[in-house]
Amino acid sequence: MKAIEARDVHLSFGETPALRGASVAVAPGEIVAIMGPSGSGKTTLLHCLAGILVPDAGEIHFDGRRIDTLNEHQRSVLRRDQFGFVFQFGQLVPELTAEENVALPLLLSGVKRAPALEQARPWFERLGLAGLQRRRSGELSGGQAQRVALARGLVARPGALFADEPTGALDSLTGEQVMDLLVASAREQGTTVVLVTHEARVAAYADRQVIVRDGKVNALVAA
Amino acid sequence: MTLLGLLEREPSHGYDLKRDYDTFFSRGKPLPFGQVYATLGRLARDGKIVIGEVEPGVGPERKRYVITERGATEVESWLTDPVEAEPSLQTVLFTKVVLALMLDRPAEEYLDRQRAAHLRRMKELTEIRRGGDLVDTMLADHGLFHLEADLHWIDTTVARLDALRKVVRR
Repeated sequence: MKAIEARDVHLSFGETPALRGASVAVAPGEIVAIMGPSGSGKTTLLHCLAGILVPDAGEIHFDGRRIDTLNEHQRSVLRRDQFGFVFQFGQLVPELTAEENVALPLLLSGVKRAPALEQARPWFERLGLAGLQRRRSGELSGGQAQRVALARGLVARPGALFADEPTGALDSLTGEQVMDLLVASAREQGTTVVLVTHEARVAAYADRQVIVRDGKVNALVAA
Repeated sequence: MTLLGLLEREPSHGYDLKRDYDTFFSRGKPLPFGQVYATLGRLARDGKIVIGEVEPGVGPERKRYVITERGATEVESWLTDPVEAEPSLQTVLFTKVVLALMLDRPAEEYLDRQRAAHLRRMKELTEIRRGGDLVDTMLADHGLFHLEADLHWIDTTVARLDALRKVVRR
């Protein structure tokens, strides 16, 4: 059983090929790190797996269902209901408080405000953010903002969490705290994680690492 | 030098020295008692420690070792002198790459295997780090940073293989 799979995926931006037959399969609950040099196609592969980009050729499957053939609206619903995201720069909504940011995926899925905030609150204790619920993103340190982003990515108990350089903007100690929490929380919930990073120390937190080079997944390390 | 340094704190028995060494420095490779006493014997011979009072009683004779002025001077000088930073630029990995290119073997594939082995070790060290105390964390960090530096070198070398091939196959 595979939670997420890319089969022979090709994707070009104009004349420039980004993916040239990339294949990777991630098991349910597995944490996989996608590594590779700049421009190798690792973020493009993540975006294809997460239903953000649609490949020119090849297939993407999630939870036994082919998702690259879904239309824009269907993929949008899938991302909202099934996937969580963490990006390099927290990308919190600056007008919202930290707890509103965490509750956002629930609010967008139609959960009422009070229960959504209720569900968001335990994350502050869990991620060492107690007392920061009412702060706005400008009042949080980089590490705190990224932990809020992590809570937002996991609050709706997604089937998969996609993280693109989640520690890229943090110093190494803070980055490791975020990775410790990411791995522990994902394991606790049984969430499948696909993580893009150029840092080997971050990739070492994953169950498995794959290398993307020239738009293909390196089979040696993928084995 | 480590045992000598531990003795500067206070006069100690061989058993105490072994226990402290194993706690802070051995990490999975306990120091054999034989080695502890052989080292203490050598340090005494060289005048860096002396045998203090011998405690009588049940069980083996318990000698207490005391550091001398000469021993303390040596500890001070060892601590003060910086460790030589990577004195040798030659590495097995470099030799493998150059020979692979000279022999027209797949150097990139060898480097990929090495990268996989390094990543496996980094994963092990990360696990040690996550479950361990501060001493484990510091030791694992040292290993992780060195492996990471190797990986940077591997990535840079992969990008330069074509150029290096031309240099070594003239």
